[in-house]
Amino acid sequence: MKDIKVQFRGVSKTYGALEVVQNVTFDIAEGDFVSLVGPSGCGKTTLMNMLAGFTSPSSGEVLLEGRPVTGPGPDRGVMFQEYGVFPWLTVEKNIRFGLNLSMHRGMPRAEKDQIVERYLELMRLKDFRNAWPKNLSGGMRQRLALARAYAANPHFMLMDEPFGALDAQTRSDMHDLLLGIMQAERKTALLITHSVDEAIYLSNRVLVISARPSRVLEEVEIPFAYPRNRDLLDDPEFIRLRRYLRDLVMKQYADQQALG
Amino acid sequence: MKWLAGGLWRLAPFVFVIAIWYLVRWSGLVAPGLLPAPHEVALTLVALLRGGSYLLDIWLSVQRVLLGLVFGMILAVPVGFMIGWNKQLRRFFDPLINFFRALPPIALIPLVIVYLGIGEVAKVAILFYASFFAAVIVMYEGMSQISPIYIKVSRTLGASDWEIFAKVIVPLTLPHVLTAARVALGVAWATLVAAELVAAQHGLGAVIQNASSFFNLKVIYAGIITIGFFALLMDSLLRALSRRFLAWQDSHAQ
Ligand SMILES: Nc1ncnc2c1ncn2[C@@H]1O[C@H](COP(=O)(O)OP(=O)(O)O)[C@@H](O)[C@H]1O
Ligand SMILES: [Mg+2]
Repeated sequence: MKDIKVQFRGVSKTYGALEVVQNVTFDIAEGDFVSLVGPSGCGKTTLMNMLAGFTSPSSGEVLLEGRPVTGPGPDRGVMFQEYGVFPWLTVEKNIRFGLNLSMHRGMPRAEKDQIVERYLELMRLKDFRNAWPKNLSGGMRQRLALARAYAANPHFMLMDEPFGALDAQTRSDMHDLLLGIMQAERKTALLITHSVDEAIYLSNRVLVISARPSRVLEEVEIPFAYPRNRDLLDDPEFIRLRRYLRDLVMKQYADQQALG
Repeated sequence: MKWLAGGLWRLAPFVFVIAIWYLVRWSGLVAPGLLPAPHEVALTLVALLRGGSYLLDIWLSVQRVLLGLVFGMILAVPVGFMIGWNKQLRRFFDPLINFFRALPPIALIPLVIVYLGIGEVAKVAILFYASFFAAVIVMYEGMSQISPIYIKVSRTLGASDWEIFAKVIVPLTLPHVLTAARVALGVAWATLVAAELVAAQHGLGAVIQNASSFFNLKVIYAGIITIGFFALLMDSLLRALSRRFLAWQDSHAQ
């Protein structure tokens, strides 16, 4: 049995009269890659924010290694929907930002350089190390946000629709890049996505989230072993899972549309 | 070569205005006594500069503008910063600041004379007033548009409150400080003549006012052009600073 790292225990969240999350319970184990799939506006970001430490539950609790989350911290890297790449820093300095904070004061300069180089290389940003973010494409900014988060060496990666704005080719590139890095670094991840394909391809567990208020409708184990590659997309089991999840999710989209 | 071409292009609009000026004068639409020709104004300017006291006038005006601007900015940056950061404060101060900014500085002159007399302090106070209110609005409107995402990101990377201030908030504030300085500088120069209405013996505003009592149009034009020149020069310096330090911005100050 794997170590349980994160527990959502009967978590609810209301904003004034609006009930956004309702009695959500699930676990994330060490090394898990869990995806949340559900319609826009159903409360996925709110769920993630509670684990990231930006909001707290109205009732229930979110436990991290057994203790309630009290605020954001460097153990949980976050990739926001809007990336949040620092526009006033070059690519290289963006990646270095976390390493230059006082919490890494003891780390030798050479080691920091090495980490920065590694992520410049991995995220194929080497040729752009001195570029300003304003001159980067959407895909590059996204890789930069990922590199910056990884360089700080968090235990968990929380990603909020990180690939939503990318074209199909870049998106599938990013999937493989992400799988590679997750494999190499053994992190635990929570991904929010609209795309059932993306969720199945990347995760070992997919949670289907209902129309607002968020509830966990269904937890589906994805049985494919890592490392994975694009051949998986033609696997009959993949196709079956995709059809099954799509039907579930489509139903929730319709319900959320009705909510407006 | 490219540099030279760029410089010529920058001069082109001024050449254009001077050409229009000559045209108006030669067209006979305006009595020649009411509109000196550009070269006459230029000769007057040269004579003024040779005369000696004009340099003192320039120096005093530049000094007043700079003092008003610097004191205005020293107060506007922290005040604008705090108001921009806090919605409650903003709601409270916004109408007040807009009220005071809307007052023409010239209307304050009687009060300034009553409270501060007619010395340097009074003149700088008027420029300070004008600079402060112009700058503080730019500051807090800019600050209130700063997206909280960068602060959230830096928290997840492990930044302390102090680090967030120094490494995130300061760089995000800098563009607004520079914009505020540019706006305040323009306003300060625009207020200069009014400020020098306060019994100034010297200064470009005083030169213009004295010339106007003698109906000396050439000197008035020369004074106006000098003010414009120094306003433009100081603005170019601030723009150069923006280009140097704000190259990261999407469209940095043109
Ligand atoms: N801070 C907040 N205050 C009030 N309402 C909020 C706040 N954050 C989110 N909401 C509302 O909660 C609902 C769910 O939002 P969100 O979690 O962002 O959904 P999702 O990420 O699934 O699109 C939306 O209707 C949104 O308007
Ligand atoms: Mg969202």
